[in-house]
Amino acid sequence: MPRRSAWRVGRSKLILGVGVVIAVMALIAAACSGDDGGGESSALGGSAADIAQARGLTEADISAALKTYVPSGQQDEYLIFSSGGHAGQVFVIGVPSMRLLKTIGVFTPEPWQGWGYGDQDTMEILEQGRVDGNDVLWADTHHPALSETDGDYDGEFVFINDKANARVAVIDLRDFETKQILKNPIAINDHGGTFVTPNTEWVIEGGQYATPNGWEYAPISEYESEYKGMVTFWKFDRSAGRIDADSSFAMELPPYWQDLCDAGKLVSEGWVFCNSFNTELATGSGDVGSGGEAFEAGASARDNDYMHVINLDKAVGVAASKGVDINGMTVIPLQASIDEGLLYFVPEPKSPHGVDITPGGEYMVISGKLDPHVTVYSFDKIQDAIAAQNWQPDQYGVPVLDFDSVLEAQVELGLGPLHTQFDGDGYAYTSLFLNSSVARWSLGPPYGDEWKLEGEIPVHYNIGHLVAAEGDTVDPDGRYLVALNKWSIDRFFPPGPLLPQNFQLIDITEAPEAAPDTAGMQLLYDMPIGVGEPHYAQMIKADKVLDHVWEVYPEIGWDPSTMSVDPNAPMAGNERVVRNGDTVEIWMTLVRSHYTPDRIEVKAGDRVIWHLTNIDTSKDATHGFSVPGYNINVSLEPGETATVEFDATMDGVFPFYCSEFCSALHLEMAGYFLVAPE
Amino acid sequence: MTLLDRILGPRVSREEMQEHAGRYRLPTALFGGSALLLVLSIFLPYWVLTLKAPQFPDGLTIQAFVNRLEGDVVELEGLNHYVGLGSFDDGAVFERSIAIGAIIVLAGLLAAALLFHSRWVVLFTMPAILFPVGFVADLQWWLWRYGHNLDSSAPFAKAVGEFTPPIFGPAEIAQFDTLALPGPGFLLALLAAVMTGVGLWFHRKAYKPLVDELAGAE
Repeated sequence: MPRRSAWRVGRSKLILGVGVVIAVMALIAAACSGDDGGGESSALGGSAADIAQARGLTEADISAALKTYVPSGQQDEYLIFSSGGHAGQVFVIGVPSMRLLKTIGVFTPEPWQGWGYGDQDTMEILEQGRVDGNDVLWADTHHPALSETDGDYDGEFVFINDKANARVAVIDLRDFETKQILKNPIAINDHGGTFVTPNTEWVIEGGQYATPNGWEYAPISEYESEYKGMVTFWKFDRSAGRIDADSSFAMELPPYWQDLCDAGKLVSEGWVFCNSFNTELATGSGDVGSGGEAFEAGASARDNDYMHVINLDKAVGVAASKGVDINGMTVIPLQASIDEGLLYFVPEPKSPHGVDITPGGEYMVISGKLDPHVTVYSFDKIQDAIAAQNWQPDQYGVPVLDFDSVLEAQVELGLGPLHTQFDGDGYAYTSLFLNSSVARWSLGPPYGDEWKLEGEIPVHYNIGHLVAAEGDTVDPDGRYLVALNKWSIDRFFPPGPLLPQNFQLIDITEAPEAAPDTAGMQLLYDMPIGVGEPHYAQMIKADKVLDHVWEVYPEIGWDPSTMSVDPNAPMAGNERVVRNGDTVEIWMTLVRSHYTPDRIEVKAGDRVIWHLTNIDTSKDATHGFSVPGYNINVSLEPGETATVEFDATMDGVFPFYCSEFCSALHLEMAGYFLVAPE
Repeated sequence: MTLLDRILGPRVSREEMQEHAGRYRLPTALFGGSALLLVLSIFLPYWVLTLKAPQFPDGLTIQAFVNRLEGDVVELEGLNHYVGLGSFDDGAVFERSIAIGAIIVLAGLLAAALLFHSRWVVLFTMPAILFPVGFVADLQWWLWRYGHNLDSSAPFAKAVGEFTPPIFGPAEIAQFDTLALPGPGFLLALLAAVMTGVGLWFHRKAYKPLVDELAGAE
């Protein structure tokens, strides 16, 4: 492979080099204005030009490299919080460098963070995600939602759903740790979550594949009557940093398959919008050879599905008065929603994906995957139609508003439009799955003059969601957009037949005229994701998170699960081992580079309760605590305390050691756990 | 003339005071100001040590007040155990326990000095003049003791070896570049010492003629 190794130029050197190239090019351009700059490599001088030439870099490559390179010691301007897909976790990625900063353990055990490997608090949070008492230790995380204040990201919390099992998790951005997992008691899967209301009063979790309430059994022949759709509104208690399940409620919906949702904002605050598919009530092809229609055909037979328009403000009161209890969740029956005017439908192009609200809250933008248009609805017109009762009931009696009366605009973008985000200059960006591109289009009044397509940029390949900087808030930043591509095909070295996903960073700062071929957009960088298939992501200005985040815990003995000092935490000077019958309780401190005490002797069969505190207070002075054979690995960040509890069922000698390289004497940071035979 | 009168020195007549107010007020102001500066210095660090190493890009800082340490004390204690340096808790225990009281006494002596118009004033002002010297000497002694009583069982004791951290100025200890500087508290104490010395000179200039006059009259 001599040829390949010749290409191995350090990235930092390269980009420094091309920086020089650009600077010199600019000088030449200035020196011979009128002349097109020449570009004689001999005139560029130095190794930078040689590197660019040797690597065959175009001018666009060089500018992309310069826009994404973040020198050592400098930090990214934006952070992406991305769903981890099958990883069941959340990825934190810097923009524009596209460097992975962290994988936050959420639904799935994560060894480095000691998430689910003995630390009792993490075990208990994972247990909150059990389904009917059974561990479910993978998740299909889909849509992260950053907490908002006045419709803008505030950098305090992130929520994430698990489509596969209808679960929602709360992550605190002070320490980037998951604090709570909730299993939805009425649904077995979800999709339309998580989304938050403008002040994060409610976390929205919409359903997906209809099932009988509370994952009971009902034969498929009773689909129309016994299978239910749903949307759940989880009440978030910001001061507690937790969802308050007792104050949460759900709405029963027809057994259409709800898809994405979004909360209204500003003029539409107090309302929630979800879309749906399979309003056909298809139940699959049935037994082999029965001749029935597969879901893909049955669920897309009609031209329209329904956008759900939900009066959340009003629903809160109705839940209190007319809600019924299902598995401990307060649920508003469908008939109550109809009677009280909580739920309206609006026809939408079939099989839609996103329902995305413009920054001012005036319009709902819907893309039907099988229709080349985005369809834009006016909130005001929806309100007028409701007031005028301009509707026909659907098969369940839900009022279906007249399509023409609520339509604001339709813009033809291309094939397979899925999901839309916005910038601060009146442009919208929609992913086009079939075209494998991102379309840029102009919004009509009050944002601009005319609803019109500006152009598109190819992406690689099969884009799902996209994310623009703060692109679903009341105050989008523009600047950067990331295409979350499902396929990468030829973009990376093929690591076997399972190929990574591809996050593509796109610069959206220029006006469309700057580069008419791509409507002003420039592709900057490809980031392979080889850990799962992310669905949605949100991009926040890094400063907003920096205002809240802790680099070390505020006090020694900090318990991340309560976010306060644990009065029982081991502290320097009170380390001890106490035997009480068959229970051995240990209070141990960790500091560079020793455990106190460092020798623990028990008998086989003893119950071991092992409290640990990292009494180091320096940034990054994290210690690990790992016990071989017992599946124990705990991460103790500076100041953190944790407790491990287990039965010493195996006798033998178990050297425990610090599994996080902490100091020059890290290897010496060890001890013996001796389990004498009975 | 009693012994007490002799020690207290002559009083200034009302007429003389009106005529040469500045002459007598200057030493009073200098002694009084010094007393205030000394009291103020209690609230400010006397000695500031900063340490830089590759893995501490923001550096570590220790601020020594007369009675306590502030700054990255815990972190530095943690690092010290690798070299075998003793605990800060064990250093200058006596000095720290009396420091605030002693400084208040120094200031009180300066205030008392205002009453004395004879050469006995030296007895009340000299402690304030000598105090900064004493502080530096004591600090040097403790630094020497720390650097020469390493715990030989510490992991890096042999690699680092015995040393005396400089009281002021830069040094290198293992991977750390250190810089020790006088703190604002010490600078105030130093200023107080200088002001007291200058005050003594003006004191002599003001009162010696009166003392001589009195002696001549006898």
